[in-house]
Amino acid sequence: MELLMAIVAGLIFTAAIYLILSRSLIKVILGTGLLSHGAHLFILTMGGLGGSSPPVLADGATNFADPLPQALILTAIVISFGVTAFILVLAYRTYAVHKTDDLNSMKGNDEHD
Amino acid sequence: MEFVWLIFLPALAALFIPTLFRRVAGIHTGWFVLIIPVVLFVYYSTYVPLTASGEHAVSSFDWIPSLGISFVSYLDGLSLLFTLLITGIGALVVLYSIFYLDRHKEKLGNFYVYLLLFMTAMLGVVQSDNIISLYLFWELTSISSFLLIGYWYTRDGSRFGALKSMMITVGGGLMMLGGFVILGILGDTYSIRELISGLSDYSGDPLFTLAAVLLLFGAFTKSAQFPFYIWLPDAMEAPTPVSAYLHSATMVKAGLYLVARFTPIFAGSSVWIWLVSGIGLLTLMWGSFFAVKQTDLKGILAFSTVSQLGLIMSLLGAGAIAYHSDDTLFRLAMFAAIFHLVNHAVFKGSLFMIAGIVDHETGTRDIRKLGGLMSVMPISFTVAFIGGLSMAGIPPFGGFLSKELFLESMVALKHFELFNFDTWGILFPVIAWIASVFTFVYSFYFVFKTFTGEKKFDKLPLKPHEAPIGMLISPIILAVSVIALFFIPNVVGKWLVAPAVMAAQPQLYSMPSEAAVPVHAWHGITSVPMWLTVGVIVIGTLLFTSIKKWQPVYGLQPEKLSLNALYDGVMTFSEKGMNKLSRFYMNGLIRTYLLYMFSFFSVMTIVVLFAKGAFELDMNSLSPITLFAVLNSIVAILGTGMVIMSKNRISAIIALGAVGYSVALFFVLFKAPDLALTQLVIETISVALFLLAFRHLPALKTHGETKKNKVVNGIIAGGVGLSVTLVALSAHSNKLVASISQFYKDTVHTEAGGGNIVNVILVDYRGFDTLFEIAVLSIAGIAVLGMIRLRLSRKESDDEKE
Repeated sequence: MELLMAIVAGLIFTAAIYLILSRSLIKVILGTGLLSHGAHLFILTMGGLGGSSPPVLADGATNFADPLPQALILTAIVISFGVTAFILVLAYRTYAVHKTDDLNSMKGNDEHD
Repeated sequence: MEFVWLIFLPALAALFIPTLFRRVAGIHTGWFVLIIPVVLFVYYSTYVPLTASGEHAVSSFDWIPSLGISFVSYLDGLSLLFTLLITGIGALVVLYSIFYLDRHKEKLGNFYVYLLLFMTAMLGVVQSDNIISLYLFWELTSISSFLLIGYWYTRDGSRFGALKSMMITVGGGLMMLGGFVILGILGDTYSIRELISGLSDYSGDPLFTLAAVLLLFGAFTKSAQFPFYIWLPDAMEAPTPVSAYLHSATMVKAGLYLVARFTPIFAGSSVWIWLVSGIGLLTLMWGSFFAVKQTDLKGILAFSTVSQLGLIMSLLGAGAIAYHSDDTLFRLAMFAAIFHLVNHAVFKGSLFMIAGIVDHETGTRDIRKLGGLMSVMPISFTVAFIGGLSMAGIPPFGGFLSKELFLESMVALKHFELFNFDTWGILFPVIAWIASVFTFVYSFYFVFKTFTGEKKFDKLPLKPHEAPIGMLISPIILAVSVIALFFIPNVVGKWLVAPAVMAAQPQLYSMPSEAAVPVHAWHGITSVPMWLTVGVIVIGTLLFTSIKKWQPVYGLQPEKLSLNALYDGVMTFSEKGMNKLSRFYMNGLIRTYLLYMFSFFSVMTIVVLFAKGAFELDMNSLSPITLFAVLNSIVAILGTGMVIMSKNRISAIIALGAVGYSVALFFVLFKAPDLALTQLVIETISVALFLLAFRHLPALKTHGETKKNKVVNGIIAGGVGLSVTLVALSAHSNKLVASISQFYKDTVHTEAGGGNIVNVILVDYRGFDTLFEIAVLSIAGIAVLGMIRLRLSRKESDDEKE
């Protein structure tokens, strides 16, 4: 199972990086969205996927899934949501001010060194 | 009394100078300054009998005791000699500057502060026994020299000269620091005296020679040796008192001091002997040859200083030979070096002052415009005549005696039989003799082209007349000393030179009287140096009288093949080259930078993983694959592919949402209910946000990305994806320590009173994470609000651009 999940995480990363490397601002944001999904799956996989019951105390349950990666991912999800919301608005403002979403035209010029 | 504090006296006095300059307008500030070197000179003179008896005085003050760094003032023959030169000539220079610099036109406050700072630095260099504080003072001399050269900072030449001298001397100083650190590590002490006494423990270390070479870089740059002499002629932009003080009598001798001081440590090394004597001789020859080319009075003196410093340097190298041979023949060299050092400081100081006087009274220093000044400036001429002939090595002036000693030492070198000297040693007297001829020529050139010959007064900017008596006092005192040195050489030798020689070669002598060499003006009709001197005078006179015929030879050297052109070239090249380089890789495009980062990341990860044998796949630890997971994986991968492929925004957003939901489904499959809940909610809100912004966002465009770009992006992205997969597998298969999760599972009810382990971790075991995660959300919210609501008005943003 971990082998499969590692490959899925790797593929999601590949797609994310490919998007981030493109010249369109909106694609970069989509890429970061994918990147966070990949990272969350990555953390979960490395912790091991062997548990047979959720990490909640219940009668008879002994083989819990590892709770620590879950707690870490929960924090990560919330933070990546905050950041995504922020850069989405940032992209919106950038587009509104500069009238372009081409990253190649968003670079400093020599006068502002 | 703790006389270590006296080193800082000039710097402390400098604190009051600006106030005195501004408040006491009626009196030239220099008069107040003059007190300092005079007092110091008188005070330090009282140590002469002590050092003459072979003793020394030490006074110290801890600075950073835990690192073994302290200020130690160590007065032996060598440091006392330098101290007396610094304070004595310092007093004369201050006196001279009082008449040279105008009280109303010049920023005297600055000038004297720099000068006093320099005096402290120099005293510190020559008296320090601790090499770290020695380095501190060493760099302070570079800095104060930089300030003094750039004193007239509105002139381009001054700034250029100041920068050049700074670059070269500080560069050398840093190398020297490297040598000091190596020595400090090898000898396990920063004290020079302890380094000497523990020499046998570390002198065989392979790093020892490196320390010697690094140290010599410092000495050679400071003392303007070949090829680092190029800063000295440009430093002539400084006011003349500065040139006289720093660039003839004191600072440029710091390198000589360093070599003399470290001779007891490095004399055993053949690299040291060859470098010091060889470079010294080359500098002597080079400087004396090119001095005749100069047309600026101070330029001639600068090259002459370079050449004379080379002479002393080569003698110091020869002095180290005395360690390798019992023959008393070689014991002469160190004495000759120190004796000439005194001579040079005296006559060169006077010559610079005369050059300054000529400049001051005629308005030019160009030797082609000068001539026939003897009749109007008889006193200056007399002083220049005495100084010049002493420089040329003619009796009855001090320079003659040291020049004879020099020739005698060089002749002796060919008898030395170690380190290939029996083959090459013959070069030393030959080159030394040729250089002496040129020294004779430029000395005459300096004195007689200026003061005799055709009168061209109408072409001069000012009507020439004799300088005021105040300005002449210092050069006259120095000129008298030049003559005195000729008539009482053995008195100077006994009280000053011999103790210094003993300090520079402590293993060879136990009493200064053993080091004293009786100096005679007359060596007898059969002596070699006598005939060499006669030869110098005869050939030199011939060359000088025919100077018009052969001087054009200097025009043959193209400007591009000089060391200055090399320095300028290196400077421009490094500036332009670096600029080009950073413009090449910093092109301002985010994609480029991301390419660097991602390719570096993937290459490093994959290479290290396999090179270190860290990759391992433990098939036994894998849990069984379920059908649901396979199906869900297919959904996730398809969704991911859709995000890349989609041509319009709406389908990309939907596809991203699909990936998000499939991730939520994964959380369900892997027994993470809280994650699944959160993921579902967050993904829903994210998609809603995207859709909300949908109308305002630009359409998906490729912006003309080429196929090549896409292939490169694909390869890099694939590399990153591959490294992530490999790391995940390797990390899963290599669990070095057991997970701490068992602790949470065991104690969640007993310690925290909860049932949901994930929630208890979030708010109880690791509550701080959650606190700041809340902070992150709040900040993001405020920032979003701020970006949407706050606007700089157009006018404000325009102002900002300007």
